[in-house]
Amino acid sequence: MDGNQTSVLTRRNFLVTGVTAAGGFIIGISALPHLAHAVTVAAQPWNDGEGHNPHEIDAWIAIDPDDSVLIRYQRSEMGQGSMTALPMLINEELQADWSKVRIEYASPNRNLREHKVYGDMYSHGSRSVRASQKKMQQVGASARMRLIAAAAAKWGVPAGECSSVNGVITHASSGRTMRYGEVAADAAQVKLDQEPAIKTPDKFTFAGKPMPRVDVARKIDGSGKFGMDAQVPGMVFAAIRQCPVPGGKLKSVDESAAQDAPGVIKVVKLDNAVAVVAEGSWWRAKKALDVLQPEWDVGPAGNIDSAQLSKEFYAALDDKATVARSDGNVDQALKAAGKTLEAVYETPYLSHSPMEPMNATVQFQGDRLDVWLGTQDALDATEDAAKAAGLEPEQVYVHNGFVGGGFGRRDANDEVQQAIAISKVVQKPVKLVWTREEDTRQDKFRPHAVVRYKASLGADGVPSALSARVVTSSILKSAGRPSPPDKVEPMATAGIADIGYGIPNVHVDAVIKNTHLPVWFWRAPGANQHVFSMESFVDELASAAGQDPYQFRRKLLQGKADWLKVLDTAAEKGDWGKPLPKGKGRGIAICTDTDSLCAQVAEVTVKPNGEVHVDRVTVALDSRYVVNPLTIAEQCEGSVIFGLSAALYGKIEIKNGAAMQGNFDTYRMVRLAQAPKIDVHLVPSGGPKWGGAGEPATPPIAAAVANAIFVATGKRLRSLPIMDHDLSSSSA
Amino acid sequence: MITLTVNGKQHQVDLEPDTPLLWALRDAVGLTGTKFGCGIAQCGACTVHINGQAMRSCSVPIGRLEGASITTIEGLSPDSKHPVQQAWLAEDVPQCGWCQSGQIMATVAFLKQNPKPTDADIDANITNICRCGTYERLRRAIHRAADLMKA
Repeated sequence: MDGNQTSVLTRRNFLVTGVTAAGGFIIGISALPHLAHAVTVAAQPWNDGEGHNPHEIDAWIAIDPDDSVLIRYQRSEMGQGSMTALPMLINEELQADWSKVRIEYASPNRNLREHKVYGDMYSHGSRSVRASQKKMQQVGASARMRLIAAAAAKWGVPAGECSSVNGVITHASSGRTMRYGEVAADAAQVKLDQEPAIKTPDKFTFAGKPMPRVDVARKIDGSGKFGMDAQVPGMVFAAIRQCPVPGGKLKSVDESAAQDAPGVIKVVKLDNAVAVVAEGSWWRAKKALDVLQPEWDVGPAGNIDSAQLSKEFYAALDDKATVARSDGNVDQALKAAGKTLEAVYETPYLSHSPMEPMNATVQFQGDRLDVWLGTQDALDATEDAAKAAGLEPEQVYVHNGFVGGGFGRRDANDEVQQAIAISKVVQKPVKLVWTREEDTRQDKFRPHAVVRYKASLGADGVPSALSARVVTSSILKSAGRPSPPDKVEPMATAGIADIGYGIPNVHVDAVIKNTHLPVWFWRAPGANQHVFSMESFVDELASAAGQDPYQFRRKLLQGKADWLKVLDTAAEKGDWGKPLPKGKGRGIAICTDTDSLCAQVAEVTVKPNGEVHVDRVTVALDSRYVVNPLTIAEQCEGSVIFGLSAALYGKIEIKNGAAMQGNFDTYRMVRLAQAPKIDVHLVPSGGPKWGGAGEPATPPIAAAVANAIFVATGKRLRSLPIMDHDLSSSSA
Repeated sequence: MITLTVNGKQHQVDLEPDTPLLWALRDAVGLTGTKFGCGIAQCGACTVHINGQAMRSCSVPIGRLEGASITTIEGLSPDSKHPVQQAWLAEDVPQCGWCQSGQIMATVAFLKQNPKPTDADIDANITNICRCGTYERLRRAIHRAADLMKA
């Protein structure tokens, strides 16, 4: 790490100038003296009872007589760090002693029973923090005001004469003090006439500083419980094979082959799947399942393959499209232009592949259903489970674990519905675990997309027009809430329609072409693939104009201070313009996503045999505001790796209607040996909207790398993954 | 019945000899810190120590393990203060955390063989997959752990 950095880690530094040291934002434990790792979360992050605690001030906060503070967290912790960030926002106002705080998940069941006291509970769209920021502050401010009011009443003084800090209330003129724990029971009875005002972010004294994650201690010794770690007395294990062609049905299966295998209790037939249930271990169920030879009714989808889908998507480029954005008159500008460029880009289906394969454990007890799983939306899971079980949502208790990776996958509840169906058949508690192969092949994929770009360059080398037509599938239709036909869903053109460049004539439209393959939200939906094509095409324009790709972008972003700041930071910290030896190149890309801005510079080596290694990535992120700079930096690092696996290796190919890739031997991931050095620079610009942090660093990496490869080799990549291209020096 | 010695304790396991150690640990012994990621020794989430060697437990049948000494993440240290765990905490490594038991177990065995590793040594030997992409911090934590173990 950069030794100079820790000394300037002040809130002001983050909020005003962001993180600027070379080395990026790296916090050693020495920078976080007594605060480090004091906050705890139980091994089981869920509340096992009805979601209550005897020392509650309200549904969010309980304070024991010994001053320990319980804060409830209503969203999911899947690695994004919000289980730390949201309680930080509460404590910004509450002013408790952070070292005495412990955190647990809010109960979705209690939420239902108590008029949605916790509100929504989802974690997607990089909204965990920004959708709750004001509410969290209000929760903290209210509790503090009630604590102060209770102390003031005891002392017989006006509350306005009292204040509190670090868990201690003080009456200034008399010098009397009282601890939160002494007055919490009284505070629970206090009703405020009016809610206290909350701080504006510039007044933060606690949030904005780097804080170690509360869940780390549970993730280094095996104690932290994930969904798959649930252990229920009497539970049996289920393995499942679903029809390999999405939409297909189970026609028949000869159960006898599995029935006599050790431990097997039952072969369960579902509409589109067969499951084997065994006692003793999941392995028994899986092994018995492997010998079954189910027959599937796959319909015409059983003839579809990737080549055909690609052809159809290309052909659809000339279909009638729906307009997402139209400025000026692109057709006229293209006709009038001296120089025009056209290029078509293609990006493949991808699987989410979280490290914890899909799973759910369910137990019926009379008219009560308990569900253990890792979900990105415990409230939605409760409602879906109730539907599947034929119960009221209030009869369902979802116990969310630490979530072993989400990336958008863990909110469809297909695994929950299956576990419920199987448990109903065998009349026992069931733990259903998908194999890795099922997890990959039965995913709801990142869509396939083909995009045709056209642009004109004026005599001055500045683009006068840009048009883009996207052919892709509807994520919202898969999710059961399609846009009306005259409206393009935002994901279809994200990363294109929202470019920051000042081009007078812009036309972006989309042709929605749905297939039998379900498509879904995948980290930075839409942008994760369209920024690759958009920012590669911008590089093509820069090249055609004979201009430096960074300076070309700068010109097009004139007057947009926030975009320029992000672009300049990445370029400056990424050593843009410094000479590199032959075989190496630097590429740059920028985008907006989840109301944040992100630019990246990638430094790449292409060996003579065509092997690509990404050596270094510099990230600049403007998330507008910062609650925990440590977790934001971690999210940027992780997003780069996530996007890089997709860029280098990621593709789900379809043969006979089914996904071919199954496990990590065929669906390859970046490992340590391929991981670049990553520097993250936070440049929050403030303003009316908060930006997200979990996703916006995913989209730029593919373009930054492809643009760097162009510099290193002269080869322009118009499709992913990169591994499918011959980049050897002997190739044309 | 197969007798497994896990973290110094003997466990009678009533499963078939071809059962992978991973599932015996999780389902019969009741230790869930060892994680399932792929089932084909590709990702390393299930890494444990067998007689001190890092092994991917999804691919080791228990029939071969009578008399072997097995260490899981739960048995790495009595107080979660093994230098590698301390380094992980200090560098704030885990995100989702699912792969981290395996990363830690792989690192502990690796550092015994390579007490002073270079980045290249680490790249060549720590091959576990982390889907959250914690590699930057993971690499720093490995160096930090090496320093702590020297001290």
